[in-house]
Amino acid sequence: MPIDLQAVDWQAFGLTLQLAMLVSAILFLLGLPLAYWIAFSRRRWRFLIEAVVALPIVLPPTVLGFYVLVALGSRSPLGRWWQSLTGHTLAFTFSGLVIGSVLYSLPFAVQPFAASFSAVDRKLLAASATLGASPLRSFFRVVVPLSAPGLITGVALTFAHTMGEFGVVLMVGGNIPGVTRTVSIDIYDQVQASNYAAANQTALLLLVLCFAVLAVVYGLNRQAWTIGPAK
Amino acid sequence: MKLSRSSVQSFLRFVSVLLGLILLTPALGLTGAKDDAKQITVAAAADLSAALEEVAAGYEKSTGTRVVLSFGASGTLTQQIQNGAPFDIFFSADMDYPRQLIAAGYADAPTLYRYAVGRLVLWAPADSPLDFDRVGMNALLDPSVKKISIGNPQHAPYGRAAVAALKHYGLYEKVTDRLVLGENVAQAAQFVESGNAQVGLVALAHVLAPAMQGKGKYWQVPVDAYPPLEQGVVVVSRSAHKQDAAAFVEYIKTAEAAKVLRRYGFALPPQ
Repeated sequence: MPIDLQAVDWQAFGLTLQLAMLVSAILFLLGLPLAYWIAFSRRRWRFLIEAVVALPIVLPPTVLGFYVLVALGSRSPLGRWWQSLTGHTLAFTFSGLVIGSVLYSLPFAVQPFAASFSAVDRKLLAASATLGASPLRSFFRVVVPLSAPGLITGVALTFAHTMGEFGVVLMVGGNIPGVTRTVSIDIYDQVQASNYAAANQTALLLLVLCFAVLAVVYGLNRQAWTIGPAK
Repeated sequence: MKLSRSSVQSFLRFVSVLLGLILLTPALGLTGAKDDAKQITVAAAADLSAALEEVAAGYEKSTGTRVVLSFGASGTLTQQIQNGAPFDIFFSADMDYPRQLIAAGYADAPTLYRYAVGRLVLWAPADSPLDFDRVGMNALLDPSVKKISIGNPQHAPYGRAAVAALKHYGLYEKVTDRLVLGENVAQAAQFVESGNAQVGLVALAHVLAPAMQGKGKYWQVPVDAYPPLEQGVVVVSRSAHKQDAAAFVEYIKTAEAAKVLRRYGFALPPQ
């Protein structure tokens, strides 16, 4: 089936891409220290943090979305604080979507990060330390290069997961064109309105786009995998 | 990596125990309903959630027929019925969706019945500074109103009524950028209840529900501001329980059911 570009809601596409890239960037920055702590901490209650990080996988998106909605609303301290700061609540805003999506995709970034950090040979870290490198320097010069495939996987999963996000957006977005109407919400609306053709076009384009992004990322990842250790 | 024989054995034992448990679930009666009792499945517009639950409970008590209820936006439910959802009856929040289903052969024309007329209200939390009685619809222009929630006009009849009312008062252009759309009218109300929207245009039936008592204040939008929300019920053509379904539709016409609907703010069509 040819893609009829007229039928596609480009605004929703732009918005969703923007959301997915922003969430990937935030989770990359947030995920590095969190995953480092999970991989290297010797605290006895480490498993509790690991369990909390994994929660968004088991929680239905509607539940997560509902919690976020209540947490952002003017009934909660967080919502009131934000409201006193900016004059409006976070729900139904792009920032609100970013917060919901960061929580929703957290395990998809942190788990691959932590797994690849754990796989780094501790002897290399010891060697780096005896050569006088600070833990931070060792992290960036030893741990990160050796974990590159895991980092790329984490970012790719986060990106893809956010592109296809539906339940959380439905709960906290409010379906505002250009602000919170993402591609998945747009497709849902089209189906509800019996515009199967438009829904099909948009869905097909989303599929092609996500496939392309994932293919490129995993293609790069393969290269990183083969040249990485040889460096 | 080589697996030791004992670890393979213990893994297999684990899998077989798991399989056994899964197979046992139906035998233990943990899932599924009893087959012998009569049961009908009802798809209903979101504004009916509290009212129809009460009606169904009364019906179950007097007849023993189990009534399983599913709520959603009327457009969404229409879509589901067209795609083979196993519903016996459809209570819409308008007359158009049932007629659409009849025209397409998915519902039985003779069973169509106008069971109620819904009312649209402005609704705000109890502690809201908005004074509906003094300013009416113009409360929406108050600077404290950052977001106004309505049902999605694309598939929720109450959303369409809300848009019509806004246009009637010449407010639509002024508030468009503050509208947020709930998937159905119940979600629009939920946006207000959670404190994320300062006011909503929702169903009177929702704000009169026991669960909402004391949580907000409302103002009825005058009926001439939007096309009447005449609500129709129809029996689904591919229903396997048409007799039981028809019996429930008959029950809706009784004074007993009408009393409940009226208590939830529905006007009843002249008989």
